[in-house]
Amino acid sequence: MTTVTIPPTAGARPLADTLTMLHRNLLRAARYPGLTSFTVAVPIALLLLFVFIFGGAFGAGVAPGVAPGAEGRAAYLDYITPTILLFALVGAAQSAAISAAMDATSGIMARFRTMAISPGSVLGGPVLGTMIQGFVAATVVLGLAAALGYRPQPGALGWLATAGLFALVVFAMTWLCVAMGLAATSVETASNTPMLLTALPFLGSGFVPVETMPAGVRWFAEYQPFTPIIETTRALLTGAPVDTSTMLQALGWCILIASLGYVWSRSLYRRERR
Amino acid sequence: MPSDLAVDIRGLRKSYGDHAVLDGVDLAVRTGTVTALLGPNGAGKTTTVGILSTLLTLDGGTARVAGYDVVTQADAVRAVIGVTGQVSAVDDLLTGVENLRLMASLNHLDRRAGRERVDVLLSQFGLTEAARKPVSTWSGGMRRKLDLAMTLVGSPAVVFLDEPTAGLDPRSRRALWGEVRALVAAGTTILLTTQYLEEADQLADRVALLDGARIVAEGTPAELKSTHDAGSLDDVFLRLTEPPADPTTKEVA
Repeated sequence: MTTVTIPPTAGARPLADTLTMLHRNLLRAARYPGLTSFTVAVPIALLLLFVFIFGGAFGAGVAPGVAPGAEGRAAYLDYITPTILLFALVGAAQSAAISAAMDATSGIMARFRTMAISPGSVLGGPVLGTMIQGFVAATVVLGLAAALGYRPQPGALGWLATAGLFALVVFAMTWLCVAMGLAATSVETASNTPMLLTALPFLGSGFVPVETMPAGVRWFAEYQPFTPIIETTRALLTGAPVDTSTMLQALGWCILIASLGYVWSRSLYRRERR
Repeated sequence: MPSDLAVDIRGLRKSYGDHAVLDGVDLAVRTGTVTALLGPNGAGKTTTVGILSTLLTLDGGTARVAGYDVVTQADAVRAVIGVTGQVSAVDDLLTGVENLRLMASLNHLDRRAGRERVDVLLSQFGLTEAARKPVSTWSGGMRRKLDLAMTLVGSPAVVFLDEPTAGLDPRSRRALWGEVRALVAAGTTILLTTQYLEEADQLADRVALLDGARIVAEGTPAELKSTHDAGSLDDVFLRLTEPPADPTTKEVA
């Protein structure tokens, strides 16, 4: 071994480092299937619960003229599936908070920080891995919904737009969750903070139309990020015309959340830990 | 800057609130040598290593590693150092091979060179047999060795070891000493902290004793013993360091 065999500019290979970190993230997901399968199990349980227990009654509320029972269940399946798909994405993002906290509280992130790797690579690899896991989870949920009779009607372009929107949603939510995970002082709190995100679809148009809510809640529901995201997804999947202003709101929220999460994560990465 | 200094610390200061952990520390480590940083719990040993590793910020003074400033040239410092801290820095979910290959990739070794380097380190540290089992099933001593092996994958020119043998049994400790000597023989510079004075005596070319946020003695083990008319580094340590004023003082460094 000779001294200084590595030039000081070594490490300036962000793409290669990001892919290395992605590889590590996927290996960890395979080794720790509990966390990954949990992110799939929760949306599946929600879908079954809301369709089979609540659907018969709720269906009449979301689609006027529909009779309670089997007809209501079918109508509610159509209404709820886009929401549950987004839940699957948010669930995957939540697991990224736990992974980030695990790395930060063990010594491995400190090791990465002493190496010539850019923070964007250390944090971005897991974000890409989480996006893949989110798409896998959403695909499983979509398969189950289809088995229950869900028949989405988008054309090829609609599917492409849905996939694009989903990619943006999971990207934004994951960066925010990574920051939450790094901000957490323990792995336990890291799994709690992002729970706020899963509460938002309930306080929006995720499960029932916002028109049915009392004034104050309704105001919040109309202006929170998930409502335009859910409405856009619903329109895309039913093949209905997408309201441009709603779609722009959805995209704007995603870009805002992604930027906030990224900047916050970057600043937390170099934070001193004692 | 004298180019033969791998570590050059001048007037280093670092406080947490009102508590000065380092208050004007000077330390120089010549390239290709081993320096042991001794001191009571909370003396600032880990803080010093943290600053040199670019993990902690400094409040005053300068610190250079291989000629690079840790504040203004942090990435250049990171490219030449290897760090094994007190907290285990291995990925528990991965196997030993996967951990080491991760380091090979992050050091941009090409696939073949990386695999060869990993195999060499596994056999050097006696980890070949367990290499394909998840690290979570390994013993503490084996994890410690893996931790060090991961630090060495990129053949760093300057290596910081923070209490590398803490919690190791005597045989593992001696094996690790062997590794340190081999590294130095190959030209690596090492700064290590330790609680074991015998370790400093065995390994270190020079010893620096940190107490009360300052270096209170510095020299070769022989010099320190003769200057302070002591039979062992234990005696030097006891003579020069103050007993803790408050036994509940938390190890902050």
